[in-house]
Amino acid sequence: MKPTRLIDKTWFRYIINTIAVLLAFGLLVLLTGPTGEGGLLNKYMSQIFIPMGINIILAVSLNLTAGFLGQLPLGHAGFMSVGAYAAALFSIHTDFPKAISFPLSLIVGGIVAAIFGILIGLPALRLKGDYLAIITLGFGEIIRVIILNIPKITGGAYGLKGIPKDTTVISTFVCVVITLFLIHALIKSRHGRAIISIREDEIASEASGIPTTYYKVTTFSFSAFFAGIAGGLYAHFIGVLDPAEFGFMRSVEILVMVVLGGMGSIIGSVVAAGALTVLPEVLRGFSEYRMVVYSLLLIVVMVFKPSGLFGRYDFSLCGAASDIAKAIKKLTHRNKLGIHEEAGK
Amino acid sequence: MNNGETLLNVRNLGINFAGLQALDDFNVQVAPEEIVGLIGPNGAGKTTVFNLLTNVYTPTKGSIDIEGNDTRGKSTHGVAQAGIARTFQNIRLFKNMTVIDNVKVALNNNLRCSMFETLLRLPTYWKEEREAEERALELLDVLNLRAHAYDLAGSLPYGAQRRLEIVRAIATNPKVLLLDEPAAGMNPSETAELMSNIRKIRDRFHVAIILIEHDMNLVMGVCERIIVLNYGLIIATGSPEEIRKNPTVIEAYLGQQRGE
Amino acid sequence: MTFLYQILNGIQIGAIYALVALGYSMVYGIVKLINFAHGDIIMLGSYAVWYFMTRLNMPWWLATIATIIFCSIVGIIIEKLAYKPLRNSARISLLITAIGVSLFLQNTVQLIFTANPKMFVTFIPSGGFSIGNRSISYTTLITIAISAAIMVALTLLVSKTKIGKAMRAVSEDNRTAQLMGINVDNTISFTFALGSGLAAVAAVLYVCSYSQIAPTMGSMLGLKAFVAAVLGGIGSIPGAMLGGLLIGVAESLTKGYISSQLADAVLFGILIIVLLVKPTGFFGRGDREKV
Repeated sequence: MKPTRLIDKTWFRYIINTIAVLLAFGLLVLLTGPTGEGGLLNKYMSQIFIPMGINIILAVSLNLTAGFLGQLPLGHAGFMSVGAYAAALFSIHTDFPKAISFPLSLIVGGIVAAIFGILIGLPALRLKGDYLAIITLGFGEIIRVIILNIPKITGGAYGLKGIPKDTTVISTFVCVVITLFLIHALIKSRHGRAIISIREDEIASEASGIPTTYYKVTTFSFSAFFAGIAGGLYAHFIGVLDPAEFGFMRSVEILVMVVLGGMGSIIGSVVAAGALTVLPEVLRGFSEYRMVVYSLLLIVVMVFKPSGLFGRYDFSLCGAASDIAKAIKKLTHRNKLGIHEEAGK
Repeated sequence: MNNGETLLNVRNLGINFAGLQALDDFNVQVAPEEIVGLIGPNGAGKTTVFNLLTNVYTPTKGSIDIEGNDTRGKSTHGVAQAGIARTFQNIRLFKNMTVIDNVKVALNNNLRCSMFETLLRLPTYWKEEREAEERALELLDVLNLRAHAYDLAGSLPYGAQRRLEIVRAIATNPKVLLLDEPAAGMNPSETAELMSNIRKIRDRFHVAIILIEHDMNLVMGVCERIIVLNYGLIIATGSPEEIRKNPTVIEAYLGQQRGE
Repeated sequence: MTFLYQILNGIQIGAIYALVALGYSMVYGIVKLINFAHGDIIMLGSYAVWYFMTRLNMPWWLATIATIIFCSIVGIIIEKLAYKPLRNSARISLLITAIGVSLFLQNTVQLIFTANPKMFVTFIPSGGFSIGNRSISYTTLITIAISAAIMVALTLLVSKTKIGKAMRAVSEDNRTAQLMGINVDNTISFTFALGSGLAAVAAVLYVCSYSQIAPTMGSMLGLKAFVAAVLGGIGSIPGAMLGGLLIGVAESLTKGYISSQLADAVLFGILIIVLLVKPTGFFGRGDREKV
């Protein structure tokens, strides 16, 4: 029967989640200070939350295609770069006040990346598996080479300079929350079910009346949209864009986060992206060994737990709360009766 | 054969796989609510017929129309929307989704909530999700799957997986239901239950059913008309009684069994 | 004359790509894995031959043989430790492990020899034949000749010998092959060793022509060879050869007549067009999912 949850009212779940988000926000402000300074952490340590947030957005958006749609693209950095350049160029060439210009530039970055997602997705998604991985890798590299070769617009190899450094910890946090909400909302809907059914069995999905090509391309561009937003945040965080930053290795790094966390697990991507952003900083003292450790970690996780750390585990605050409550109840119950109770469905 | 009214009309259907004529001159007219059996030895082209009817393969010749609506050039999902649903010989469920979600996927075409309404969680979204949940549970009830609604489809026992595949097909709201070896791997009591389920589905959802089956008791018991295929060609059509007596069929198909 | 010269240059690098592409193709044929670490085997081979010659003062022929053996052993170790445990898991896990191995090799070498490129002094005598006002170096000719000889030998190995038949059987259907008494594990190990050995030869030829060695040199080289393998039809040996040569010539002509910066974009453009028009490449076989 339907898993009995202690808390099952939808509106109640929303309130709980909103409170959790507000608490996280409060904690963040406490740690970093309202303007990125004056919190419990020093300015340098506060800054780490920005790349962390960017990586979370990248990983969760890639997970949408890799984990939920079941198609493996290797060109996510390409979409990120398109979004980064689009957002940066928008900021540089327009004169709106910062409060309008910055959010608008992120949206512009997202939309341009989404358009690229459709343009690339339409031909590429006719292929499957390894071939899709290769063709998206190819598109990613082409995007990079093109950016490199139009220096009048992008600054080419010298980089695009003079981007206003508008990205703050707070704005990154807001983007992360919005991304997580929208992707979650997509997954838990008829569209999300259609997307997952394609991962499970494409032929059966078609036979059940799902227009699979439409959903594949839509998911792909949705994923690209968020990669574009992440790119925009990145551009306004670093202030200088260098095409070399968006190579194949960047795509691989994002993929590693998704895989380590577990394909199809949003919470997995969040945790893995967070950990893999902090880990290199922690290992800074051993910076020479850093990448060796990182790659060994990847191999070891794959060999011993190919489904990633979280598998397909789907985290919900209320679900976790009622699971814990149930576990406590069961424990006390079991102790009272002194018998083993079958794990209930 | 049928009293004037034709739901599904297949004419001269044929397909050629790299020189091999897997099916040729396949003609059939199916009336509403008719149950048709498609039998023949292994490799006769039975599943190929289903793959052509659902446009998983594109026919090299011939035409298919359902209620006068030509399905040529349609995609597989387009055919499903036009009213032809199917199950698969080797079960193809969405294994890592719950039983009820399997059914909800098939309900997708009857749901209207746009991406925008979905992402912003507008009231229309909640209303439609509730309706979909109720509808899916009702459908699961028909083949006694309601108790498993929130289990993963892959964790169901074999027989229940076969039933779920039928429910999923029904959920697309078809006019013709194609069942590919629904009794494969079932014991006699399960087969008997399946037989009554097939009739139940026909009566309740007013669908025509074409089924491929090797179990002769099931075919003879439930089908009103039987088509026999051998080497990609129809060698006989008729009522179960006629097929049982047809010498060509006995030679090509039943003869093998009698010789055992 | 310039055109002919560019073509010859293209064939020279193309022959190297072809040797590397063969490794990709054979491994893919047998375990259905895009061995991302294959490009890094070339890098390892380059460092190995440089180390053997400059640090251990080996003569060139001994260094070459030692490099081939070294790379083959590394290939087998990688297969046993990283890929074998995953043989029955999802393809994507295998692909990611391969990416992990690639990163590991690059960074380990970087740790030992630093990121600064090393210079390799070729042992092939300089000079060459002159045709018109251009000269064709011995290096070019030797590269082409050795690659051609290896490809002939490989074709014979795969079609005539017992181990070659075993390789083909395993790539066709490894369970049935096992039932027929073929030692699948050994055959797979042999394939990795062979692929890595070819990469070692490619590495020696490469450093003789282009002299610079760096920990990241394998990535782009490997990627291009991989494009070549896909172009020819992955899993096909003649396909890998043809693909390698075509990629080499296309690259050389783009560099010569369009722009050297755009060469990579042109290569990937070719890849995309081929995949869209004929996803299985020139000689690849498509498998249709049974419904």
